[in-house]
Amino acid sequence: MNALVDMAAGADASLRDLMQDIESGTPGRALRAIKLDRRSFLRMTGLAGGGLLLAFGSSSPALPAAEAAGEFVPNAFLRISRKGSILIYSKGPEIGQGIKTAFPLIIAEELDARWSEVTVEQAPVNPAVYGRQSAGGSRSIPDSWDQLRRAGAVARSMLVAAAAATWKVPADQCTTRDSAVWNGKRSLKYGELAARAAALPVPDPATVKLKERGEYRLLGKSYTGVDNVAVVTGAPLFGIDQQLPGLKVAVFERCPATGGKVKTANLDEVKRLPGVRDAFVIEGNGKPTEVMPGIAIVADSTWAAFEEWDESGASRDSWSELSRRAAELGRQPIGAQTVANVGAVDEALKGAAKTVSGFYTYPFVSHAPLEPQNCTAWNHDGMLEFWAPSQTADRALETVSGALGVPVDKVKIHQTRVGGGFGRRLMNDYVCEAGAIAQRFNGPVKLVWTREQDLAQDFFRVAGFHSLTGGIDAAGRLVAWRNHFVTFSHDGKTPSSGGNMPEQEFPAQNLPNYQLTQTLLPLKTPTGPWRAPRSCSVAWVIQSFLHELSAAAGRDHRDFLLEVMGEPRLLQGGLNTGRAADVIRLATEKAGWGRKLPEGHGLGLAFHFSHAGHFAEVAEVSVDRNKRVRLHRMVVAGDIGPIVNMSGARNQCEGGVVDGFSTMLGLEITMENGRIQQSNFHQYPLLRMADHPQVEVHFIQSEHPPTGVGEPALPPVAPAICNAIFAASGHRVRTLPLTREGFTV
Amino acid sequence: MSTLTLRVNGRAQTTDVDPNTPLLWVLRDSLGLVGTKFGCGMSVCGACTVLVDGEAVRACSTPVANLAGRSITTIEGLAKSPDRLHPLQQAWIEHDVPQCGYCQAGQIMSAAALLSRKPKPSDADIDAAMAGNLCRCGTYQRIRAAIHTAAGRLAQEKA
Repeated sequence: MNALVDMAAGADASLRDLMQDIESGTPGRALRAIKLDRRSFLRMTGLAGGGLLLAFGSSSPALPAAEAAGEFVPNAFLRISRKGSILIYSKGPEIGQGIKTAFPLIIAEELDARWSEVTVEQAPVNPAVYGRQSAGGSRSIPDSWDQLRRAGAVARSMLVAAAAATWKVPADQCTTRDSAVWNGKRSLKYGELAARAAALPVPDPATVKLKERGEYRLLGKSYTGVDNVAVVTGAPLFGIDQQLPGLKVAVFERCPATGGKVKTANLDEVKRLPGVRDAFVIEGNGKPTEVMPGIAIVADSTWAAFEEWDESGASRDSWSELSRRAAELGRQPIGAQTVANVGAVDEALKGAAKTVSGFYTYPFVSHAPLEPQNCTAWNHDGMLEFWAPSQTADRALETVSGALGVPVDKVKIHQTRVGGGFGRRLMNDYVCEAGAIAQRFNGPVKLVWTREQDLAQDFFRVAGFHSLTGGIDAAGRLVAWRNHFVTFSHDGKTPSSGGNMPEQEFPAQNLPNYQLTQTLLPLKTPTGPWRAPRSCSVAWVIQSFLHELSAAAGRDHRDFLLEVMGEPRLLQGGLNTGRAADVIRLATEKAGWGRKLPEGHGLGLAFHFSHAGHFAEVAEVSVDRNKRVRLHRMVVAGDIGPIVNMSGARNQCEGGVVDGFSTMLGLEITMENGRIQQSNFHQYPLLRMADHPQVEVHFIQSEHPPTGVGEPALPPVAPAICNAIFAASGHRVRTLPLTREGFTV
Repeated sequence: MSTLTLRVNGRAQTTDVDPNTPLLWVLRDSLGLVGTKFGCGMSVCGACTVLVDGEAVRACSTPVANLAGRSITTIEGLAKSPDRLHPLQQAWIEHDVPQCGYCQAGQIMSAAALLSRKPKPSDADIDAAMAGNLCRCGTYQRIRAAIHTAAGRLAQEKA
């Protein structure tokens, strides 16, 4: 048992590393091992001919042979046929964040392609050629922006050179637009130039000229998703849709409490069930991120495989016990470990004209993507081949290799569309499991989790407790902030993945006196990154408590927040107080801050910086006597630099607001005796149609480099709503979800 | 196991399954129609919504034994032809509704049942008819707009 606990603690440590890598945009180990500097890496991705064979295996949807002759393939991102069809490979996983549309748009912009002539395919998984092929930390756009622009610009410069040679004019007398090179009134379509361009040397991507922002023709407008037609007609797209000749379905039963082993199993009985092909015990390696012990059943159809049985357990985590102990600990103003200490908080609080205290609690929550975890695997011809709906297919190569003892060059992974990520599929446990089952079975198998397994065997957003005291001076200014953060740990030393607060967490750098201490409670239940990790929970605490303080000081919250931001400057960690102030002003202006509201209505403002995005949001809610809350409208103002696809960016913000509202309103995961208490959506009630708010999105398209938008619109949602509830009703929410404080919708 | 004939998207389909098997798994595993999705297995998420004689039904909890002789329409059979999508499908594309897209087939089938019953639905009608369909990505605002657009277009077609 100790060995298992150690494995779980080790798995949490590796998850913390993963989260750090994802958020900083660090490539997976497989790529790091190549040790390329950026320049030679770009060259490598620009290699024509032999280099490309690396990227295009048998899985790549090749053009018909006749067309392939004379095809122009300047790099691994792009193929232009003689007939003029432009095929762009989208390198990263599509998890609902719209990247399969956004990535190709960036390439098409620099290529000067006509968007209607572009088709898009998912790129093969090959981080040695493509670099990062993960979706997480809202890093896809910032990490790939330069690489993709240069991939398009390389092709464009070669097509221009081919046209210039045809016309015998200098290249600088040629321009490009709508998939053609122009010289005066004459033009050549890219397809007509393909054969000639293919014969030219590929320039160093680092040397090609990129467009100025004013020259953009495609970026910043609205585009519909490239898979929309397939989605609305029910075409096979997702991992769970994979079909192969002779494919069988597998289920894998793990212990309902993390860390349990298989004691006995009625395998013979199971094997006699109709449709069951095989059943066996998999010992696993004890890592929740890879393969836990369990029983695999392989059957002809999903229904036959879903017959179930029970086994015994290990983890004894109990939410009622953990929250009771946390509340006790929270009575102490200072925790066991000091994270940050600025100025002299104690003295500042003693000298303050007014002090305010509050104890904030938020629960564990699950990712609950609508497509349950699944993966298809086939052990054949010396290869272990996967069709995986993963957020990190590049990292899955190494993870699978390590967990299953297969050399990395004998692992092949196809990335499918992903039916919701939210951070859950940064972990590749279901991929490892499918591989472990495939190693024991002759033929392809599709592992499908039940919803009950998906909710119970998650890496939960970690719960947390904050005991806060703030001090205001005689002029109503915030002068001191003390936070004792009670969080969890799997190893007794370090906060569990997703349960840490960094030293420079806002408002550490904005106040003369600031103290953050923490106390760790032991935990066995796996935790991990959940959409906008850490920010998704602590923004609620920080921005709510700021509002408590401004209310106590009798100040307008917008003025108070702008005062805390202070002079425009760049803080450690990336918060730009000038950009923050701009979105705060925009959100309040668009929401009609200060206007007279109907009885029972209130406006609430919150700001948060995360994942390089600055977002301010204003909620308008009403609360009636029965504590029924309506979120009427949410105004979102964000600065993520220039927008790639306006429709996609707005959609992420609209979805972020619904996700934030849904989660803070009624979602929580609790456990008793190590067992998760919520089994399916009837006990994990996601927001439904009737309760969704009207969301209004405004962007400041500043001159800063473009950054991601999958996450940063979510953190301000909960505090904006709670601040609005206070404005409407005078009730300060300090425990989430709202249903815990008696609210309903 | 028993032989059963189902009428799916206008075609007679014969399968040999346990009659208690939910329609969802017959569609996905036996007939290869994977547009209908598995989400919860207990009729609470709506990802598996199909039409049975024009009514929205959750395929994950409907045993095939109950369906002999009835007309089943899945997302694959909603369009009259591949180049003539249903107005709901067109509106879904134009409003750029999908994020991950996993729930959308079920959403569209629920909306199709609604429009066949109520060609000009109000917001309240939409709330009621779509209450059984979860969207984890939170695309409700666009779903509602797309249903109104499709309703308008259907009215035009009839006029």
